[in-house]
Amino acid sequence: MAFNTNQRLKDHFHETQIFNRRVLVAGLIIFFLLVVLLSRLVFLQITNQQHYATLSENNRVSIRPIAPTRGLIFDRNGVLLAQNLPSFTLEIIPEHVHDLNKTLKDLSQLISISKEDLKHFHKNRRKKRRFEGIPLRFRLNEEEVARVSVQQNKLPGVIIKAQLSRHYPQGKLAAHAVGYVSRINERELRKLNASNYSATTHIGKVGVERTYEDILHGKVGFKRVETNAQGRVLHTLSRTLPVSGKNLYLNLDTKVQAIAEQGLKENNGALVAIDPRNGAVLAMVSMPVYDPNLFIHGISSKNYKELSTSPERPLFNRALRGQYPPGSTIKPFIGLAGLEIKNMQSRKKIDCPGWYMLKNDERRYRDWKKHGHKKTDLLKAITESCDVYFYDLAFKLGIDNISSFLAHFGLGQKTGIDLRGELSGINPSRKWKKRNRNMRWFHGETLIIGIGQGYMLTTPLQLAHATAAISMMGQRFKPRMLYAIQDERNSPLIATQTLPLKNIPVNDEKNWKTILSAMKNVVHGLHGTARGISYNLQYTMAGKTGTAQVFGIAQDAEYKKEEIAKKLQDHALFIGFAPYENPRIAVALIVENGGHGGSAAAPIVRKVMDQYLLNQAKEKLTPEKNTHGESAQ
Amino acid sequence: MNPQSGLSPMDFREENRLSTGRRLLYRFHIDLPLWIGIMLLAAMGMVVLYSAGNQSLELLNRQFVRLFIAFIVMIAVAQIHPNTLKRWAPWIFGIGLLMLIAVLIFGEVSKGAQRWLNLGLFRFQPSELMKIAVPVMAAWYLAEVPLPPRRGRLFIATIIVIVPTLLIAKQPDLGTSLLIASSGFFVLLLAGLGWKLILGVITLMAASAPLFWNYLLHDYQRQRILTFINPETDPLGSGYHIIQSTIAIGSGGIYGKGWLNGTQSHLDFLPERSTDFVFAVFSEEFGFLGILLLLALYIAVISRGIIIAVNAQDTFSRLVAGSLTLTFFVYVFVNIGMVSGILPVVGLPLPLISYGGTSMVTIMAAFGVLMSIQTHRKLVSA
Repeated sequence: MAFNTNQRLKDHFHETQIFNRRVLVAGLIIFFLLVVLLSRLVFLQITNQQHYATLSENNRVSIRPIAPTRGLIFDRNGVLLAQNLPSFTLEIIPEHVHDLNKTLKDLSQLISISKEDLKHFHKNRRKKRRFEGIPLRFRLNEEEVARVSVQQNKLPGVIIKAQLSRHYPQGKLAAHAVGYVSRINERELRKLNASNYSATTHIGKVGVERTYEDILHGKVGFKRVETNAQGRVLHTLSRTLPVSGKNLYLNLDTKVQAIAEQGLKENNGALVAIDPRNGAVLAMVSMPVYDPNLFIHGISSKNYKELSTSPERPLFNRALRGQYPPGSTIKPFIGLAGLEIKNMQSRKKIDCPGWYMLKNDERRYRDWKKHGHKKTDLLKAITESCDVYFYDLAFKLGIDNISSFLAHFGLGQKTGIDLRGELSGINPSRKWKKRNRNMRWFHGETLIIGIGQGYMLTTPLQLAHATAAISMMGQRFKPRMLYAIQDERNSPLIATQTLPLKNIPVNDEKNWKTILSAMKNVVHGLHGTARGISYNLQYTMAGKTGTAQVFGIAQDAEYKKEEIAKKLQDHALFIGFAPYENPRIAVALIVENGGHGGSAAAPIVRKVMDQYLLNQAKEKLTPEKNTHGESAQ
Repeated sequence: MNPQSGLSPMDFREENRLSTGRRLLYRFHIDLPLWIGIMLLAAMGMVVLYSAGNQSLELLNRQFVRLFIAFIVMIAVAQIHPNTLKRWAPWIFGIGLLMLIAVLIFGEVSKGAQRWLNLGLFRFQPSELMKIAVPVMAAWYLAEVPLPPRRGRLFIATIIVIVPTLLIAKQPDLGTSLLIASSGFFVLLLAGLGWKLILGVITLMAASAPLFWNYLLHDYQRQRILTFINPETDPLGSGYHIIQSTIAIGSGGIYGKGWLNGTQSHLDFLPERSTDFVFAVFSEEFGFLGILLLLALYIAVISRGIIIAVNAQDTFSRLVAGSLTLTFFVYVFVNIGMVSGILPVVGLPLPLISYGGTSMVTIMAAFGVLMSIQTHRKLVSA
């Protein structure tokens, strides 16, 4: 075949013609393809330029949130309760590390690195990018920081990052009141304003930290940064600074709080002190207490287990949530009800043989004093805490009268304090029993309400609130933790409004005097149940002791046998206020299984009042920092 | 060029009319218009690479060295008389074919493909040699007979093209095998391949596409084509290149973001930005007007190549020059088409602009062949 074709003659002209035609066709195809290319480029660069410019801008610029600094918390005198301290975290940037294993080994010789730390580190390492720091150790102390810093040039890729983290300089003091912050959990995350919390890792969980989260948190800031494809920030384009959270000044007085906590010592219990003139909570104690600093960086499971399973229940805020029978501390209130509702003569005496009996009931209701108080009027009944007198009075009043009168003092209702989780106690009535127990009311149950037992339960906060109300002869204020808000350090304090509640209506103002003088007699009278604390008392105090039989919150089946004896002892209670003439402090205290109110509770209250009234004689209501001296209180 | 001289051999009179400088260039067998076009494109390439390489002088330096080597190769090739090339054609082709087979057996694997032959002193990519050897061989084979060629000759010529194409596709190197197939096809086309046959082959290829898809393509090649059809299906994976490069081109607009100001390029959003995707950097920074200038330069170079082909004195030279020039256009078209998202991603550089050595040398060698064809003309008739 090959030689056949070779024999054909080459026709140069024809070949050139074919070639030129083909080149022309190729040229046309090239032209056509160029038009296709150009129209695509016109489409991209001219028609849709805006669209692609936007995409490119979005690619390049990203918005990074900047966390605001959380507001500080002070007590009424400017003592710091919650602050933000630089906390040092050791991070490793894998990109800069030559030999990770060696680096980790070197580091472990400088600072302690636990297996758990390493586990978290390796877990994180898989999630993060090579130029991002991966935390290895949190909360380095100054010495550890120094040791690593000295070696830093030999440890490339190891950085120590300082960030602010919450710290409670007073430790356990007032922990229940102040509360704590901890890592935001998923449930909270769903409820939060995602944008404002985009840089925030911690949130107030309990106490004031929780209630005033919005004020303390502040407003998030943003920076627009240019990033490359891996998300590495190259530089900042613009910045909107965050607005720091506001500082809070609490009504709490740290010294009073400390005295109260020391007073309770090893005992469980709770104390609430209120300024009756405005509802300011001067002290809120719940013992035992915990260290809030444990929660900030994630409490270790061992610590948490210890706290949450301890039979003493240190995480439980007894002042707010502990519901105790008020015992004899209810008597002044019942007494007032008698004067008001039954127009009872305070001078009228009844006979107290040491027991009380209802008609058609064989049961004897005993007085705490075996042989009775003999002839007893209201003054004596309160001063000496005669049970029989109040069995009789309660019976005469009837449960519904008692219940509706006590409701004026806020019993059976939440006080509305600015803390979450408050419980309302029980102020029983026929209706209450029908609804909750589905049973009719028995007369005998009315009798023991007269001495603050039975169904009646109150929280220490309610008792303090009611005591404040009685001391002010019916004037009531909502209890407040928060005293003032400060926009930033050194700016003036803006005091919060006091919140007056409905006054307690009385028919005769004299009835107040009657009850109050009886309460004064409890402390100052010759036979007063709290006369023990009147020695050397430099002001006049009024009060009422109480001893409640234990069926309260301390009842717990898990108690060990040897502890039962202690745990079945009565709760000791005391309510009181001072100075008598011009009350500035009202206190309610319960000492769980403390025994008698007069001996176990009253002395602690005296110490608290001494601290508040005497040691701070020069005490100003407005903290020194309040430059323009305004105060709504 | 004097229109009267037309296709006639250039005589000494004509040479005398040229300036001294151009005469000197002719001595060294350098075609001035082609050379200027190449140099302008290479210069533009350096400008873009300076930006694409984040102002790395080192990168620029290496590109410059390559360019210089490629330039030497071009001059060297230009000294070879087309007749010599024609004599060598079967030998070059034969050696190239053997080396392709050697690559498949002993070749070095790099980035998942077996393309390199280690010759001790340096590594060598035989497929690059074939970019020139295949059209030269096909032209040699067809130029022996009067054109248009008959069926038998066409069949053998087709085999000459298809065997190296398949060997290279097997490496796998889809881009190069595509180039080699088209360079061979261009020889056949310019030799006067019948239109009916061309249509028939296209129909046959379309019909055999599913076979091709299932048995010849590698997974990653199939993925590339799928991604090309809809890049959004895998925006972070294989679609990422195309999405980011169209953003870069589109955001450039008419005037561009300015030299060194391309955000897509400088913030690492654009992958392969100094090699295959350099056109995206160029478009982002210089905009549509810049593209028009770039395309104008390419068209000038291609036009000059076609003029050289048309002016060539014998069939062999004509076919070789025409095929190499059209292949150069395929380079440009496929690269820009892929970067702007109208063609699937095949790994082809933008000629004379993209960073990278091997293909640069081959392209310049091809220009050397063109220059040789142009500047050896007077001797043909003499």
